[in-house]
Amino acid sequence: MIPAPSVDLGALLPSLIVFGAGVLVLLLDLLPPRSKEHLGGVALAGLVAALLSAIPLWNRDSRAFRDMVLLDNYALFFHVVICYASALAVLLSIDYLRRNGVESGEYYALLLFSTTGMMLLASAGDLLVVFLGIELMSLCLYVLAGLFKLRLASGEASMKYFLLGAFATSFLLYGIALIYGATGSTNFDRIAAAAAARPRDALVTIGLSLLLVGFGFKISSVPFHMWAPDVYEGAPTSVTALIATGSKAAAFAALIRVLTVALRAAQPDWSVLLWAVAAVTMTVGNVIAIAQSNLKRMLAYSSIAHVGYMLVGLVAGGVSGAGAVLFYLLAYTFTTAGAFGAILLVERSDDGEAVEVGDYAGLARRHPVLAATLGLFLLSLIGIPPLAGFVGKFYLFGSAVRAGYVWLTVLGVLNSAIAAYYYLRVIVYMYMREPEGADVRLVPSFAGGVALAIAVIGIVLLGVMPAPFADLAQVAVTPLVR
Amino acid sequence: MPVGRLSVVTFLPALGALLILLLVPRRNEPALRWSGLVVSAATFVASVPLWTRFDAGDADMQFEEIVRWMPGLGVGYHVGVDGISMLLVLLTTFLMPLALASAWHAIEDRTKEFVIAMLLLETGMVGVFVSLDLFLFFVFWEAMLIPMYFVIGVWGGPNRVYAAVKFVLYTMVGSALMLVAILALYYQHGAATGVYTFDLPTLTRYVMAPGRAQTLMFLAFSLAFAIKVPLFPFHTWLPDAHVEAPTAGSVILAGVLLKMGTYGFLRFCLPLFPDASVDYGPWVYALAVIGIVYGALVSTVQPDLKKLVAYSSVSHLGFVMLGLFTLTPQGMVGAVIQMVNHGLSTGALFLMVGMIYERRHTRLISDFGGLWGVIPAFSAVFLIVCLSSLGLPGLNGFVGEFLILVGAFTVDKWLAAAASTGIILAAVYLLWMYQRVAFGEIRHEANRRLPDLTPREWAVLVPVLIFVVWIGVYPKAFTAKTEVSVQALIAQVESKASVARGPTRLARP
Repeated sequence: MIPAPSVDLGALLPSLIVFGAGVLVLLLDLLPPRSKEHLGGVALAGLVAALLSAIPLWNRDSRAFRDMVLLDNYALFFHVVICYASALAVLLSIDYLRRNGVESGEYYALLLFSTTGMMLLASAGDLLVVFLGIELMSLCLYVLAGLFKLRLASGEASMKYFLLGAFATSFLLYGIALIYGATGSTNFDRIAAAAAARPRDALVTIGLSLLLVGFGFKISSVPFHMWAPDVYEGAPTSVTALIATGSKAAAFAALIRVLTVALRAAQPDWSVLLWAVAAVTMTVGNVIAIAQSNLKRMLAYSSIAHVGYMLVGLVAGGVSGAGAVLFYLLAYTFTTAGAFGAILLVERSDDGEAVEVGDYAGLARRHPVLAATLGLFLLSLIGIPPLAGFVGKFYLFGSAVRAGYVWLTVLGVLNSAIAAYYYLRVIVYMYMREPEGADVRLVPSFAGGVALAIAVIGIVLLGVMPAPFADLAQVAVTPLVR
Repeated sequence: MPVGRLSVVTFLPALGALLILLLVPRRNEPALRWSGLVVSAATFVASVPLWTRFDAGDADMQFEEIVRWMPGLGVGYHVGVDGISMLLVLLTTFLMPLALASAWHAIEDRTKEFVIAMLLLETGMVGVFVSLDLFLFFVFWEAMLIPMYFVIGVWGGPNRVYAAVKFVLYTMVGSALMLVAILALYYQHGAATGVYTFDLPTLTRYVMAPGRAQTLMFLAFSLAFAIKVPLFPFHTWLPDAHVEAPTAGSVILAGVLLKMGTYGFLRFCLPLFPDASVDYGPWVYALAVIGIVYGALVSTVQPDLKKLVAYSSVSHLGFVMLGLFTLTPQGMVGAVIQMVNHGLSTGALFLMVGMIYERRHTRLISDFGGLWGVIPAFSAVFLIVCLSSLGLPGLNGFVGEFLILVGAFTVDKWLAAAASTGIILAAVYLLWMYQRVAFGEIRHEANRRLPDLTPREWAVLVPVLIFVVWIGVYPKAFTAKTEVSVQALIAQVESKASVARGPTRLARP
């Protein structure tokens, strides 16, 4: 008789809550009433419940399914980030979907399933779970990107995201296969042990490179960033917010764990590789962002640049480097989700979304509160103190200087100065120009307002009182990097 | 928890800005103006005890406050003033109400945002001068950029957006490298002593070995400060920013913001990197003298009053830089006094250019002439301010420049000779400008009906004039407050430099 492996669902609790909420949404969707607004509430409740369930689990450190799923502090930190990102996306969606006439139950269900995938990625202890998580997350996002069935750009985004994403996943699978071949396991700890026993194994190095290609697509680092601007632009803005924050955080979660735990022995290899990738990613992202007039595309390139900054922290390594990346992801999630949220609340009176920078001319005169809010997010993205973005960069670059990567840091801070140019341009339009072209208006949305308020409080709190959050981030990564 | 006086002075404007944001309705412009003025005046009143209760015999930091902020990183909220920063804090709190009062009629669009931006700017500026923690300092240093950016970009002249973006980008590039240097210093100090801290007094006590690391850090800090001063050749943002900024913005920009650069050299570069400061002293001398002469020459040929004053700042700040790097008591005291003087004189010049611009809507020198006969009070005050700026004995400008030249002379007499041409050139550009504006025939009909100074304008100018004369006649009241602090600073720089290099290098030629 084959002994059944112990099934401890406790280690999956937060993910299961989100998943269960997704199933519930699907079921409720079948029932009357036909209005779908309450489904957003259900989704939100599920995410909040998952968030709350994470609190008592802190420091419990459970493992399940033969170490395939880990629920350590590291996973919980990311669960919180991901659930925040999803919750903000849900809040932003509620009125946005109705405005665009695409209210549907499956939207929320897909969003929750995708979130489940992201959370699974954060708690993956095995390359196969990484693969599962990425697939679950991505497949749902491919569909969500194409939500606006009648818009060409939305279809294009979905198609492009799907094709390139599938391509990337196959690279990832090749990498997993090679590493399995070299080490005889897909489990992180066992890979680490095997790789330590056979240093500088060519098979591991090739597998590592292929893994990095796959992850490179998911976090949109150069040269695998091509999909990001088109997808960010074409996808519904609420979905873009999730792709830019939650999916990126999840991919980083898995990437950091794979690199620092499973492939610790290959650190000299990957840190050199990532050094170059970080340098190129932030520079390319920032320089191309300067040329963008579409706000969503600009934020896409800016998010590429921010990935470059985070890779600096990963290169720096150690508790301080990895902890800085975690803190930065938290800060970045609030800021970027907020920025997309602010864009989503502005609408042109002729056709749909206001995404051209010209649409924002004179916004401060008509909608001072919204302009100030978007301005705050942009200042945080630049890294102006005392906002979250500044502290995040401070930790990142601090860890890099500490590890001796001074020139990479210099490149990073100069990039931040370049970035100031295009972020400030939006502020120039909002505050220093008179309205031009088509009229824009602010869409009244209570839920959207709540989302922005949470994000603003988040970036100010993280900026003024960063210490408790940074400490949590460090505690979370300490067992990984030991 | 009791709140210290420095915290009150620093955050009162920000608190006022918050209250104005929440409580004062956008349409009620008089209430907005008055509340802004009241907040800034209250801040000035709150800052006066910094002067009266200041112990001039004590070289240490006074009014110190230390609160743990991010203990894991060694970041603390540590503020305090010595005889140098105290004067600059008072200069800031003194100029701000005047700047707000000067904008009474000049700013009529989005007054609410203007008042809030100016008050936030004040918090940032005071914060820079009182911070004794590098992290805190950097926070204020960067945060202060944004309100200034809005002041120039929203309420400025026709080319304001270009000027505002240029101002921010220049400053950000400089401060970006300074951030790296701050981090490098932090880790170097931590590795050497085991104490990881951004606390400035602690870091200052650490004697860093001379060499490449110290030089690079010095250069990174210096770039940030040199852009702010601005030291030739990093001055190109200044004429744009000044010309486009509204009068109140120009006053603050010239009066206070530029001082943040020279103050940075004095507070951070000299004590933290003494060897590199001594090594690169000759370079600073050269750039300072070039700035003095170049700024003056360019000023001479400006057709626009505001541009003339802007370039004169390059020249005057060159004197300050020269005085600081002489590392002599006279030169450095002179430099500190000159910082205050420049804030008063140039601030007043910008105020008066703004007043005449409000009347005529032009700043071209050729559009004026014969104003003495039309607006005698304005012309008389303008003359006093010009004389103060060009360093007439008996007025404030003379004291600072004289002391700086004495200091420069002890270093190298040719240096002093070259720098003193700046004083002659200052007389040339200011008096020639004054002659074309105030004397001669009235060449434009529009100039015949100009009204003279209003009571509000008198109220703005008289306080400045009082200090112009006070510092000129009895400078001891001011120099006495700074002397001990300056002596302590010089002793610190020299002892650190000599510890690191051995006593032979201490002797100065």
